Amino acid sequence: MTASKKPKSDFKNPVVKWVDERLPIFTMMEKEYGAYPTPKNFNYLWNFGAIAMVMLMLMIATGIFLAMNYTPHIDMAFNSVERMTRDVNYGWLLRYLHMNGASFFFIAVYIHIYRGLYYGSYKKPRELLWIFGVLIFLLMMATAFMGYALPWSQMSGWGVNVITNLFSAIPFVGDSIVTWLWGGPAVGNPTLNRFYALHYLLPFVIFAVIFLHVWALHISGSGNPTGIEPKTEKDTVPFHPYYTIKDTFGLGVFMFIFMAVVFYAPLALTHSDHFKQFDSMVTPEHIVPEWYFLPFYAILKSFTSDITIPLTGYMFDNALVFTAKLQGVIAMFGSILILFVLPWLDTSPVRSARYRPLYRISVYLLLLSMIVLGYAGSQPAEGLMLTLSRLGTGYYFMHFIVIVPFLSKHEKTLPVPKSINDSVIQAKGSK
Amino acid sequence: MASDKKDEPKSRRDFLNLTAGAMGAVGIGSAVVPLIDSMNPAADTLAMSTTEVDISNIAVGETKVVKWQGKPVFIKHRTAEEIAEAKDINLDDLRDPQTDTERVQKEQWLVVIGICTHLGCIPQGNKSGQPKGDFEGWFCPCHGSHYDTSGRLRAGPAPKNLPVPPYSFLSDTLIRIG
Ligand code: HEM
Ligand code: FES
Repeated sequence: MTASKKPKSDFKNPVVKWVDERLPIFTMMEKEYGAYPTPKNFNYLWNFGAIAMVMLMLMIATGIFLAMNYTPHIDMAFNSVERMTRDVNYGWLLRYLHMNGASFFFIAVYIHIYRGLYYGSYKKPRELLWIFGVLIFLLMMATAFMGYALPWSQMSGWGVNVITNLFSAIPFVGDSIVTWLWGGPAVGNPTLNRFYALHYLLPFVIFAVIFLHVWALHISGSGNPTGIEPKTEKDTVPFHPYYTIKDTFGLGVFMFIFMAVVFYAPLALTHSDHFKQFDSMVTPEHIVPEWYFLPFYAILKSFTSDITIPLTGYMFDNALVFTAKLQGVIAMFGSILILFVLPWLDTSPVRSARYRPLYRISVYLLLLSMIVLGYAGSQPAEGLMLTLSRLGTGYYFMHFIVIVPFLSKHEKTLPVPKSINDSVIQAKGSK
Repeated sequence: MASDKKDEPKSRRDFLNLTAGAMGAVGIGSAVVPLIDSMNPAADTLAMSTTEVDISNIAVGETKVVKWQGKPVFIKHRTAEEIAEAKDINLDDLRDPQTDTERVQKEQWLVVIGICTHLGCIPQGNKSGQPKGDFEGWFCPCHGSHYDTSGRLRAGPAPKNLPVPPYSFLSDTLIRIG
């Protein structure tokens, strides 16, 4: 666009200059990742978007090479993966990077999302940016779920069974949807094949949505821990070198921990039943998903009694039953979908939890409820664990549906600083 | 075209745009149908659909598990008490009300698909030592559903009874499932 008005490029390198005058990609990179004015008060929580991006690239890179040795057939998949870790040169490394990479990708994105919740990053004008983020999260979950199926282990097969069976809760069409998902009368070869095709495809879809996510970010500009927008040049620094270096440092620490797990405890995050071949005639004792799905699994399991709506005689022969299974499924998907509307549930003009004492408590409790749910999700749903799942689920929804809209209207917020620069100077002065 | 809506009456062009848009939508819709339907079970997958089972070696009180269409089918040779228990029941107590007679062809043989109607685990109770649940049939360890000696759901989160597959007795000792 600007190229037509300004055909001459300022780049010194003649090749760069030649390209840039024809396709101003270097100008764009310079504007978006060099000069891009960034609030000067980011804390380390602002590293995790960039870290997530690196993790995605790592997943794509390792995934493509794993694919070269993988066989998507129910009789051969398990052995092809075992062969990868034993016989293929560096196959063990590729597999452990990919397996643990998924976990670390989720760690980065969970921190990234929680950063958004804490600092109110989803508020106007960043609603669409947030929505793309939640979309990425959903796509990631789908990708990770389908990837976990590929080794065709006991946990793979039974995990697929349980999760695809969720759709049978949908009234009337549920069973046909499940058969359609499976491509047969039970989880089998057609299921594995389509999962493989989609597992290969979705990361590239994620890549495209991240492009939109970051594009929207660069329109609204980055948020920051105070939640107030930059006003003057004093409030910002250019992205390069200030945040390129801060992101690189944070990435280094993150990678250090990641590599420690990959090299010294590569199986720590995975269940031992993931190393037995799938047998459709034997259910493992506990079917548990990977850790990053546990809170949602706990929500699913926390509904155990049917609700009967006595419409007998009016419309239906039998009373209408709102099954526990359907309740659980709705709550589980609802717990993520509710994030899409969060920008309209929280209408408080103050973004950051720093200046919202009550919201801050509630959002910490939300974190606590997620951790409790995560633990309860890993245990059989009975006794204390069932109670904890219900409490956690109750709080999770109460936070979004009751507390956040209520606080938006009634919370007495603390005075926000006049500018980002002011808050930085205050913080320095008080030491 | 949006800008001068007020002065201009609905024009020929609006009409053409709308109909072209509608036809386009129909076209895309019908192009998507084969894509979606290709994911449904293929003809050969559907064709592998019957299994014949010799039941002469299943002793009274035992259950044989066979694979049919990739699913486990339980063939239970019921004892007299189990049959009595299955019949002696108040239908109002059932979440998915069915009499035992609706569920069997010969009362000593119960044939059900061994997949919990909750989320698809295989219920336990076929081997001695496995929990049979509070109703002497099967117990699903995944989230605790109990089934009785007719494979009916009695307690737990599952919504329905264990389904009865289509089957027929070819002779006294041979059945065909499917
Ligand atoms: C693959 C996953 C993701 C990648 C690679 C990614 C990437 C990024 C990057 C590079 C930034 C700028 C740096 C930063 O603020 O940390 C960013 C900002 C942001 N992301 Fe993400 N993101 C991902 C997922 C998500 C998800 C799941 C959400 C929310 C549900 C989300 C919400 C946001 C928001 C609200 C911002 C702007 C924050 C601010 O500057 O205040 N992102 N993202
Ligand atoms: S799958 Fe049987 S109780 Fe959940």
